[in-house]
Amino acid sequence: MEKRAVFDEERCKGCELCIEVCPEGIVHLAGHLNRKGFHPATVTEQERCTGCMFCARMCPDLAITVYRPDKRAAGA
Amino acid sequence: MEELVLMKGNEAVGEAAIRAGCRFFFGYPITPQNEIPEYMSHRLPQVSGVFVQAESEVAAINMVYGAAAAGVRVMTSSSSPGISLKQEGISYLAGSELPALIVNIMRGGPGLGTIQPAQSDYFQAVKGGGHGDYRLLVYAPSTVQEMVDLTGLALDRADHYRNPALILGDGLLGQMMEPVNLPPLSHPEDLPVKPWATDGRRGGPKRVINSLYLQAEACEEHNRRLQAKYREMEAGEQRWEAAWADDAEVLVVAYGTVARICRTALEGLRDRRLAVGLFRPIALWPFPGPALAGLLQRGRIRAVLVAEMSAGQMVEDVRSVVCGRVPVAFYGRTGGVVPSPEEIGQHVTAVYEGGAINAGCL
Amino acid sequence: MRVAFERPAGLTDCPTHYCPGCTHGIAHRLIAEVITELGVADRTIGVAPVGCSVLAYDYFDYDMIQASHGRAPAVATGVKRALPDRTVFAYQGDGDLASIGMAEIIHAAARGENITVIFINNAIYGMTGGQMAPTTLLGQLTTTSPAGREAPREGYPLRVAELLEQVRGVAYLARYPLTKPPEIGRARNAIRKAFQTQLAGKGFSLVELLSTCPTGWGMTPREALRWVEEVMVPYYPPGEFRDGPEDPGGGPSRKRVG
Repeated sequence: MEKRAVFDEERCKGCELCIEVCPEGIVHLAGHLNRKGFHPATVTEQERCTGCMFCARMCPDLAITVYRPDKRAAGA
Repeated sequence: MEELVLMKGNEAVGEAAIRAGCRFFFGYPITPQNEIPEYMSHRLPQVSGVFVQAESEVAAINMVYGAAAAGVRVMTSSSSPGISLKQEGISYLAGSELPALIVNIMRGGPGLGTIQPAQSDYFQAVKGGGHGDYRLLVYAPSTVQEMVDLTGLALDRADHYRNPALILGDGLLGQMMEPVNLPPLSHPEDLPVKPWATDGRRGGPKRVINSLYLQAEACEEHNRRLQAKYREMEAGEQRWEAAWADDAEVLVVAYGTVARICRTALEGLRDRRLAVGLFRPIALWPFPGPALAGLLQRGRIRAVLVAEMSAGQMVEDVRSVVCGRVPVAFYGRTGGVVPSPEEIGQHVTAVYEGGAINAGCL
Repeated sequence: MRVAFERPAGLTDCPTHYCPGCTHGIAHRLIAEVITELGVADRTIGVAPVGCSVLAYDYFDYDMIQASHGRAPAVATGVKRALPDRTVFAYQGDGDLASIGMAEIIHAAARGENITVIFINNAIYGMTGGQMAPTTLLGQLTTTSPAGREAPREGYPLRVAELLEQVRGVAYLARYPLTKPPEIGRARNAIRKAFQTQLAGKGFSLVELLSTCPTGWGMTPREALRWVEEVMVPYYPPGEFRDGPEDPGGGPSRKRVG
């Protein structure tokens, strides 16, 4: 399964706004700390991610990149 | 082509700025400089320029800051209380190294004071005025012609050093009419380009106009650069005029309006064969201290008299140059009172005759 | 897989100094996205204020000018008058715009200056440590209203959009909260309309963004979002206050959307 929501752990400040808005409830804070000393947000169940981009639109630190299946590739 | 016209000092400043390629004026009314914004409001549109009457002096100087950052020649004018209001913005201009022209047509203070002419903003003009370690190029015209000439020079030097420049006139110079030679009209597009200006990246890297340096070391480094620039100005921008200094035993030091009055007084005294001379700083900062010291080193001068329309401001700079070599007397009028040539003459004579050295002020 | 969402052009790679959960970062992104979309990045000049967003000149990848406290609209006026074909925006917080800079914002609006102002209202002074702002709500605790803001003592919070709605010269005016993706989408549309207003030469445009200050408010970022929705939004109703210059002959072209 290719990742849909990719979190840049080192930009993350662990604010949880992505967790607040994720409709699937699949974002949580990792147990480890990043170099800034925050528990970074992460998605473990990527297969449940719909690519809705809510997390990315909410992230004040622009730490999230969202991917969606390429329509032409999917159709082929 | 130059042209000779009869103009009021205030209007001459405005026309001179336009002739020097300035097309942007932001100001706010205050007496006795109102002819400058009034003149600019009708004259600038004729040359595709912009005049904005701001909501306050504070807003006006910040409009100047924005236009200067955008890379154009820009000016504002005001009088003493209004210049006080502009000081924060002037400090930002200096800190961000933006060229601009500020004209102060001084009136008596402190507080609301009076609308009559004074020279009591000397400290504010030459010692900084706003917060932080910075300097302005300060020019003190004493005729309407010099209002024209120094306005062009100030705009040019401001651009050269990326530093604000100040014309320090007074209500008398602003209101009087004299014939002036105006220089030809120069066009903004012929002025040197400013690659540092924030006028849109247009394919290049972004530029930032800023005076914030949060790290102490970085802020100190910025201050070092500024101070190096001020030393360069001190080396290249001192301006003065001396009259009858070769045989003078008493040297009168005065600037602007008072220097004019002193010249008239000294002409009378010279007719009576008193060996008196005049030293007139034209740039108040950088102060022409070395030239003054040079006159003193000749050994002929036995006393100096500083005359100002203040309680004694420039006299402090003169004393630091004279450094105790000869006595320095002071004569000043305040609150908008302009001294007459006769009273100046009496005080010069008293100093010449060896009295009144410590009679000092007022 | 294709990229559906990524960091927009127009922002530098510099990580922001903003506290965790502070919505300044969202506002920055929306501005950058809109400027990229409108294709004016190369001729945009931004003016950064004094306050938490003082370092905005490090984050936006445009020519940037740092202004003194409250004077961003005057600085932007100077830039725009000098360079009328450039896109000029000022970014201001509530202390900057609604307290010390109230004269500058009202008069820039009244002159119909063809600039865009993004106004971040988070009801507090963030940078200086959580003091009372002109937009601090009644009852709100701050470090200078420790007993909670009370009208007899500290006066009432100012509604900036409602104030500016009275000013002719305003061509676009809106307020939206940065609380949820749909609201953020509306804010983005408003910012686009504001810049389009400027590009069309119609006059002054301003978008007020209800924002959070979790640190200053003493809340978690998630609590802060809810506080905006429950406490700020009722006092600062979102919507479009004006879309298009006022009809010279008639009343204001008021279009309120709850």
